[in-house]
Amino acid sequence: MNKPIRTISVFCLLLFLALLVNASYVMYFRADELAADAKNRRVINAAFSRERGAILVGKEPVARSVPSDDKYEFQRTYPQPFMYAPITGYFAYYSQTGIERSQSGVLSGDDERLFVTRLVDMLSNAEPKGGNVELTIDPAAQAAAFDGLQALPGAKGAVVALEPSTGKVLAMVSSPTFDPNLLASHDLGAVEDESTRLEEDPATPLINRTVGTTLPPGSTFKLVTAAAAIESGNYDKDSLVPGGFKFQLPQSDSKVGNYDQGNCGGDKITLTQALEVSCNVTFLSLANELGAEAMTEQAEAFGFNSTALEDLPGQAPSLYPEMDAPQTSLSGIGQSSVTATPLQMAMVAAGIANDGQVMRPYLVDEVRAPNASLLDKTDESTYSQAVSSDTADELTEMMVSTVDNGTAAVAAIPGVRVAGKTGTAQSSGDRPPYAWFVSFAPADDPQVAVAVLVEASETARDEIAGGTLGGPIAKAIMEAVMAP
Amino acid sequence: MSDPGAPGFVHRRRRGAELFLLLAALVVGIGAYVAVGLGVEGTVPADIIGYSGWLAALTIAAHVAVRLVAPYADPVLLPLVAALNGLGLAVIHRLDLAYEAADKPHTFAQQQLTWMTLGIALFIVTIVVLRDHRSLQRLTYTAGLAGIALLLLPFLPVIGNPKNGANIWINVAGFSFQPGEVTKLLLVIAFSGYLVRHRDALALAGRRVLFIDLPRGRDLGPILAMFMVSMMILVLQNDLGSSLLFFGLFLVMLYVATERPGWLLVGGLLFGAGAFAAYTFVGNVQNRFNIWLNPMDYYYESPGSFQPVEALFGLGWGGLIGRGFGEGTPERIIYAESDYIIAAIGEELGLTAVMAVIICYGLIVERALRIALISRDGFGKLMAVGLGSIVALQVFVVIGGVTGLVPLTGLTTPFLSYGGSSLVANWVIIALLIRISDQARRPIPRMIDLSGTFDSETTQVVKLT
Repeated sequence: MNKPIRTISVFCLLLFLALLVNASYVMYFRADELAADAKNRRVINAAFSRERGAILVGKEPVARSVPSDDKYEFQRTYPQPFMYAPITGYFAYYSQTGIERSQSGVLSGDDERLFVTRLVDMLSNAEPKGGNVELTIDPAAQAAAFDGLQALPGAKGAVVALEPSTGKVLAMVSSPTFDPNLLASHDLGAVEDESTRLEEDPATPLINRTVGTTLPPGSTFKLVTAAAAIESGNYDKDSLVPGGFKFQLPQSDSKVGNYDQGNCGGDKITLTQALEVSCNVTFLSLANELGAEAMTEQAEAFGFNSTALEDLPGQAPSLYPEMDAPQTSLSGIGQSSVTATPLQMAMVAAGIANDGQVMRPYLVDEVRAPNASLLDKTDESTYSQAVSSDTADELTEMMVSTVDNGTAAVAAIPGVRVAGKTGTAQSSGDRPPYAWFVSFAPADDPQVAVAVLVEASETARDEIAGGTLGGPIAKAIMEAVMAP
Repeated sequence: MSDPGAPGFVHRRRRGAELFLLLAALVVGIGAYVAVGLGVEGTVPADIIGYSGWLAALTIAAHVAVRLVAPYADPVLLPLVAALNGLGLAVIHRLDLAYEAADKPHTFAQQQLTWMTLGIALFIVTIVVLRDHRSLQRLTYTAGLAGIALLLLPFLPVIGNPKNGANIWINVAGFSFQPGEVTKLLLVIAFSGYLVRHRDALALAGRRVLFIDLPRGRDLGPILAMFMVSMMILVLQNDLGSSLLFFGLFLVMLYVATERPGWLLVGGLLFGAGAFAAYTFVGNVQNRFNIWLNPMDYYYESPGSFQPVEALFGLGWGGLIGRGFGEGTPERIIYAESDYIIAAIGEELGLTAVMAVIICYGLIVERALRIALISRDGFGKLMAVGLGSIVALQVFVVIGGVTGLVPLTGLTTPFLSYGGSSLVANWVIIALLIRISDQARRPIPRMIDLSGTFDSETTQVVKLT
């Protein structure tokens, strides 16, 4: 019987070899694939309990990990939750948003720029630590924007401030906001309750309105129309343009009047005057004359139909879609199908402020290792040359005049030349219009460009003019940035 | 170098080597227990003295018994199973701590230590009472009938205890017991006795097809009977693992007894037909097969692949050297302490430990087959092959199943998994192998010529050394 026993021995040897080979395959060669599976809770748990790097504004953390004594080693906390939630996002067990998501590699320490740090941690048997992300936010501007928006009762809105010469985002506030501490909690049941509550809230507090909602920009879009007109070569700030009570829409029986039912000061007025009083008839007529192609080209040069900020997930592109003639006319005053995010309107203001050059906006200034050594610094880059330097100068003068003599007077700062434009966009009849305000200052050497959107507040309907609601907020931010 | 098979060759007892290896095995068991304490709780377990003392006492007791009643026994078997058993206890203790942390306290490790004590007691009783394994040959049919009867116990009213869709447990005096674990032992005895008696008939060649002599049709009775029994286990008890194990065991022993590869062909065809029928008609089997092919697709379903996928995640998470005791989450895997213990080992001790465990099993099988080779009687040879094959098949099916090599069947990992019946039965398997190896390695009794005393009749008196 020994011959078959030897055969069986060889067979058993093969069985055990197969087990060894398969174990090596699963545990070594397939390990990365298994770790990358979205179902793998071990990986999620490890990431959740790891000491993530901080998100810094100035030198102050707005998100950081502190030791925790429950089953996860670290707890993510947000010292100024409501003010910074739209930027930081939240770091929850099941999902992440905002900078927590877009910079997750750095914060968790997995980013390849942190390779050396990781290697040192491994060799010294220390727990791996994540790198720090430093934001471009100016804390004073952010506080001014946040306080301004919160001061409006029941306000839904958003504020963005940019540094025109670099594209740095100086302030980014969205309201209503939420408390990311509640979503980063280790009590997953409570997190789910809070998450459900926030998702079902009709005021959509989880959406960062500065980049996540697009609404008709209203009269602030007249800046784009004016830019297209001056770029066409046929107009400057002193050119005479049509005014009057009504504009007859092409291919249509409808006539559109001005906001105050007035005639803008005459049948022929200067372009500057038209902007000062925000004359609908003028810009309807200009858009109609320039045509869809020129209007689209100018809108896209400022950043419409795409997204420019790369540091945040969940962005909605501002839209200037294809339109017929009457719609194109209406787009000239920021109505019809044209929609914009507050960030987009801030880019329009910043582009005009920066000699026509739109800088790509960015939020992440520096990436630092856990020991604070600099790993990476974002380089400013040009997004587009939206208008020529001359056109930009003309537009700046017109906007300064709008503050000095026109509808945007509320943003005037004594001793500083401020450029601004209001906007009040109509939406459906059963809800209040959107109040916009864009501005930059100082006009001669712009340090800050601001866009304010107040979507709805408990302010009486007849008081919602862009200037009244948005102007003071924009002014406060500009003052905060320019303060020595 | 002398050939172990050559006349005049005498095996050395090697009891000293066994003792040395046993100490190494104790280091594995106690060291793992200490590592669990350090890793999970940060301190050496409070009961370390009592625990290691008890483990050492058990091991030494087994060693002393072997030294006294089976001095020529194979010296490697006992240390191998002592190491596996000790490692298993530590891992089960680690899972107990995890379950405790999750407010689902269990005392699996304590129960397992009790079962281990009982297992070693039965080990000692077996080698003390059973001085010659050939006396088991008298029990051929008794063992066979008892084995089948045990399989039927779970169907009796009162004591039957269906769990997880399988009818393989009974409840006696508050203890849950899997009679099938004992059945495999009894079946090895029954098969060995039957085959050693009928091997000549079964070996007769029938038709020759493609260089292989097929068995005669009239001899197909036993294999068909065994096939039916296996299918009954599958259909009635819903126990794919045992069904496969019993049929595979019979096939291997039939082949060894008759030396006819033809039987393997017949058995293989029957197995294929059975597997196909099971796949077609038993929903459970089809389900497991699909999960094996695409485990990730069934993760959220019920019944689905949560358990095997968690095992795969755990194994991958462990990697080469493992997370270390207390650093992984093996408790995520349902039944990590029993069928899936190898995944728990892989997650926290890594590929190195998994390989070490597989090699330990490989060595147990190797020792069993070596004992079969040098055994001097057919019954002993068949029993050793049978016992070794049980370990080989069981380990392959369960570790292969957990690591995704073959579809899952559900068997315990010998000596490692939590489970009293399995542990006790496996200790008896080792006792039988020790007994057979002692017989096989013992010097051949010298014949003493006493013809001067008895003139007319020539009687040979056997003198035992």
